[in-house]
Amino acid sequence: MGASKVASATQTTQSLETYAEAFSSLEKKAVGRELPWLRKLRQEGFERFNAVGFPTMRDEGWRFTNVSAIAHTPFHLVRDGHSLPLARQIAAFGMAGAACTLVFVDGRFAAGLSSLDKLPRGVTVMSLATELAKNPGAVEPHLGRYLDMQRDAFSALNTAFIEDGAYVHVAKSVVTEAPIHLLYVATPHDAPTVSHPRNLIVAEENSQATIVEDYVSLGGKALCNTVTELVAADQSIVAHYMIEREDEQSFNVSTLRIQQGRAADVASHSVLMGAALVRNNVHPVLNGEGGECLINGLFVGGDRQHLDNYMLVEHASPHCSSRQFYNGILAGHAHGVFHGRIIVHKDAQKTDAKQTNRNLLLSDTAQIDTKPQLEIYADDVKCTHGATIGQIEEDALFYLRSRGIDEASAHRLLLMAFANECLDRMKEGPARAHVDSLIQNYVASVTGSAAIQASPAAVGETK
Amino acid sequence: MSLLEIKNLHVRVDGNQILKGVDLQIDAGEVHSIMGPNGSGKSTLAQVLARRESYEVTQGEILFNGKDLLAMKAEDAACEGLFLAFQYPVEIPGVSNAYFLRSALNAVRKYRGQDEMDAMDFLPKLREKMKLLEMDEKFLNRSVNEAFSGGEKKRNEILQMAVLEPKLGILDETDSGLDIDALRIVAKGVNAMRGPDRAFLVITHYQRLLDYIVPDRVHVLVDGRIVRSGGPELALQLEETGYATVGSAAGAA
Repeated sequence: MGASKVASATQTTQSLETYAEAFSSLEKKAVGRELPWLRKLRQEGFERFNAVGFPTMRDEGWRFTNVSAIAHTPFHLVRDGHSLPLARQIAAFGMAGAACTLVFVDGRFAAGLSSLDKLPRGVTVMSLATELAKNPGAVEPHLGRYLDMQRDAFSALNTAFIEDGAYVHVAKSVVTEAPIHLLYVATPHDAPTVSHPRNLIVAEENSQATIVEDYVSLGGKALCNTVTELVAADQSIVAHYMIEREDEQSFNVSTLRIQQGRAADVASHSVLMGAALVRNNVHPVLNGEGGECLINGLFVGGDRQHLDNYMLVEHASPHCSSRQFYNGILAGHAHGVFHGRIIVHKDAQKTDAKQTNRNLLLSDTAQIDTKPQLEIYADDVKCTHGATIGQIEEDALFYLRSRGIDEASAHRLLLMAFANECLDRMKEGPARAHVDSLIQNYVASVTGSAAIQASPAAVGETK
Repeated sequence: MSLLEIKNLHVRVDGNQILKGVDLQIDAGEVHSIMGPNGSGKSTLAQVLARRESYEVTQGEILFNGKDLLAMKAEDAACEGLFLAFQYPVEIPGVSNAYFLRSALNAVRKYRGQDEMDAMDFLPKLREKMKLLEMDEKFLNRSVNEAFSGGEKKRNEILQMAVLEPKLGILDETDSGLDIDALRIVAKGVNAMRGPDRAFLVITHYQRLLDYIVPDRVHVLVDGRIVRSGGPELALQLEETGYATVGSAAGAA
């Protein structure tokens, strides 16, 4: 016990040294190193990360998620000098009907693999590194202004390594209906790698846009630690999708920080299917009157996957509404977490906040921790929350089977029905169609194993 | 060969012996009715026929179309042409009625080696059946049985039966909770399906349904055994005298 403690401490020290070396190297070479505000932001990030280190299960926000596998691994930052994947490898991850696709390989923008030709006027989509080099004035008022680095070491670490990611700007009153597809590809290397994509999405007043962040991998042990700051100005309508479908060697920590203006309408859709360990932070702040936020999610896990969803919904203005709906499907030894925190600030009267987390456990060894946390400082508000944990209903299964539908198909049908609750909250269009087909395929693969697990119980009943 | 042959069927549910030796033969083209008081085992018989696995058959055998029904899974029995209209139809949120009906039909067609039907071919067929059962088109897009009234659920059961065109339709207290108008519609749907190749087993507590679906044979099930069988007049007699006298008469005999 003592020896392993020493060993793990040594490992952590090693991994921290790896980050320190990468940071000092980045400081010398990074895009925008001559910008004082950016240099300061990076330094603050690194200092904060050094001060707090990786979270442990003693931290309230991390009670159900052990990140020691991340803390102990010396992940290397890939900056340059690696070969890019082939266009046909990337094509497999494409999305039909997208306005454009930006491809990031190990966190770096890959222009040759991206397509940016179909963008309407008034919509700027490019790599953050390019924007920082060419037009830092557009970035400075927003980058790092909304994210709370004090709250989270991963956000601080991402900020220390700000360099590349997506920059999306939608001008005032511009409506762009086709989704902007941002594809993050991890590729195999000799050593474990880390990327820190940093995305900035600014939807100006009265504009409309759909953004899809899509995380995939081509193999290799990797940590993707991503942060997105999404600014939805007054009256804007923004749909944001986060799709996690990396492989079983991947770790993914993402933070979506949404800043909503007056009467802005934002939908955050998270669909988690892949990776060994996922931490999905969604943090909207309803900062103008009449804002509406939908926080919709589906997480589907099997094997030993760990899928942690941490919601922090802040009502900072009156007459806003937020609706959280997360559905979880867990098979095998998978462990899901839903932590739904709602803070209603003193002045946010007439807040209407709703939270629902529904879970299906497909095996005796799957686990879900669900925790609502309401902090209400205003006196005229409506806040509701509810969570359910259940299994596939035997009656429903028998009903379907009695109509000729075989057991595995009946299982799949019931799981898709459960998943459809989340799909139905997405607007019809290419983004939803993309997510729909991914979920169908993934649920089919999870049910394959679920049906096998279910049979011993069914046999037991007839004994 | 009979379509359905039940021989000396004994069934236990949760450790209680519910059926204690049931014998029954139904030929194609016939309508049989099983009547009996609550708790006599009527629904247990229906569930066993539909192959609910938690119902334990301790003795006896069932031949359906000459095949061993007890060796079949629920889905296989359905594909072989057995249909149970549930006493309590199950709600399935998130699955539309139209999708469910087509999935079921295609599962059955596939089993029988027929081509699957696409939505284009299926919808006209479905609309025709819905018209017969006086069901509104809105039922197609609603989730299966979700927020349906009692009568709507029962009509939806008959609709499924009409779509799947089974050899044997078992109606488990389909009349319970139905007003007289809904009862007539349900009966109309069933009668439209009567034919020389199809049989029905109508399970009911009351004689009223049998005014509309006139059976060839009536059986009285009391305490897990069929204690009397007869023609349709037996149902009328039961309505007047009640089950107690029949049961005791059987005991005396």
